[in-house]
Amino acid sequence: MIFGSGVLRSMLITLKNFFTSYFKGPEEGGIFTVEYPETRLPEKERFRNFPFLVYDRNPENLRCVACDICAKECPPKCIYIVREFDKEGRPLKRPAVFDIDFTVCMNCGICEEACPFDAIYMDHEFEIAGPERQSRLLYHKDDLLKSNEYFHKIRPTDATAIDQQRREAEEKKKAAAEAAAKAKQPD
Amino acid sequence: MEKIFSARDPSALNTETLEINFGPQHPSTHGVFRMNIVCDGETVVSLKPVMGYLHRNHEQIAENMSYAASMPYTDRLDYFNSMSNNFGYSLAVEKLANIEVPERAQYIRVIMAELTRLVNHVSVIGFLLNDLGAFFTPVLYAFREREKILDIFEEVSGARMMCNYFRFGGVKYEIQPHILQRIKEIVKKFPKFLEEFEALLSKNEILCMRCQNVGVLPKELAVSASITGPMLRASGVDYDIRKVDKYSIYGRFKFRIPLGEKGDVYDRYYVRILEMHESLKILDQALKDIPATGELVSKKMAPFLKSPRNFKPPVGEAYGRVEAPKGELGFYVVSDGTPQPWRYHVRAPSFINLTILEDMCLGHKIADVIVILGSVDIVLGEVDH
Ligand code: SF4
Ligand code: SF4
Repeated sequence: MIFGSGVLRSMLITLKNFFTSYFKGPEEGGIFTVEYPETRLPEKERFRNFPFLVYDRNPENLRCVACDICAKECPPKCIYIVREFDKEGRPLKRPAVFDIDFTVCMNCGICEEACPFDAIYMDHEFEIAGPERQSRLLYHKDDLLKSNEYFHKIRPTDATAIDQQRREAEEKKKAAAEAAAKAKQPD
Repeated sequence: MEKIFSARDPSALNTETLEINFGPQHPSTHGVFRMNIVCDGETVVSLKPVMGYLHRNHEQIAENMSYAASMPYTDRLDYFNSMSNNFGYSLAVEKLANIEVPERAQYIRVIMAELTRLVNHVSVIGFLLNDLGAFFTPVLYAFREREKILDIFEEVSGARMMCNYFRFGGVKYEIQPHILQRIKEIVKKFPKFLEEFEALLSKNEILCMRCQNVGVLPKELAVSASITGPMLRASGVDYDIRKVDKYSIYGRFKFRIPLGEKGDVYDRYYVRILEMHESLKILDQALKDIPATGELVSKKMAPFLKSPRNFKPPVGEAYGRVEAPKGELGFYVVSDGTPQPWRYHVRAPSFINLTILEDMCLGHKIADVIVILGSVDIVLGEVDH
């Protein structure tokens, strides 16, 4: 082989790639980048980025019961929960404070996995840049609350399956309560 | 005055060696890696690697949390190959607690691990060429292919690089048939890309001149320094943990182990290309044999997915190792029966492969040091775990 033919061949391949990048689609070796803020790629359903809290119907009706399991399981310990108390000092089944420090959260999804009440899920929101850490990246309860409809919008498959599970569990509970009530009646 | 005149006679020249501090912010050190190079003219006479700029206390952190909670941290060791890091760690814990992995999960694991190898090898070759001066053209050809595989990872696990996909006794999510179909397409198209990539590079005279006989690592030295992975195989030692250990289900697949002859930078580059061909063979077989349905996580471990803190392996110790794209990745876990490991240690291939850098670089020029470092294939997240 003549010295230099390898280089020449490489250059031909580069030239070929230069032209394909203009005239072919991404599948045939064309460019696959998009101009981001104007064009967006479709989001994958399982894509996970920062958690949010789910509520049913209205924000008062959030699923979280402040059991603190997610805060204990979170590897970098970025969840902070304080339980709400009523006037007599009895604990209520809801958080008064629910903070997640997004500068620490590493999007691992363990909180979602560990929560026994289907209350916390991973979001698709990724444009969270802001000028200051405290005001923008420390998320409080109100910033984290999102509706079940939103959950259905971003992850239809998972949300439908979870709704189904919850309905079944509720029906079971109701049936059990009725059975218990019936068992009591004869006396 | 006298001195200047005598300088005309080179033998009378009073020369001194020069110590150069290379890194940690140098772009060609692949991260925050520093070398103290002493050179005589342009020739390297001594090289001391300085590590630890990215130290994150990984082992100590893992000893202070439940077993499952360090899974996302293993992603961050070698952030190019989070799937194989997950693999190694889950193997270690499965050995410790004696957990069986269901059939379908085994296949998914192997498919993911081999896809990771493709991702790693294409990008490392791209970066090696960057170091050689072929600035970003080959890298972007490689990234085009890498992108397709990362899309698969995102669809399967939810994240492109920090997958956190493996669980003890299985994997986290189901993998749908249409994704398997897409992986099949990628596997089918990949050889064409490799062919083009090889035509672009393998016979290129500039690449040959820069890489052949540079940074030679003799067989004996490689073995005595416990180098592993493609680097060891480029020196001609037939050692691949997939064959030696036959962990998971690697015993079922037919594939060869490509070996180099001299152990120079060119061999290391070429062994990686050949390894990709072998990975494609494994993927082909795995995609054919994967059962259509089946459990994802073993019955024994399923309850612990929801409550990782209740998982307490019996007292004992275990060492799980995989052939990660960079070499032998091992996790050593000691349990004292509590939910947290008593001792957790990572054998990081990048770190151990880097220890031999000085021996490979002595006598070469400074420009070659960068190429040799590129051919070692390090990721600083793993070096400084
Ligand atoms: S989000 Fe779930 S795990 Fe966390 S405190 Fe609320 S109910 Fe408990
Ligand atoms: S995603 Fe991971 S790091 Fe973030 S809050 Fe949930 S458990 Fe913690």
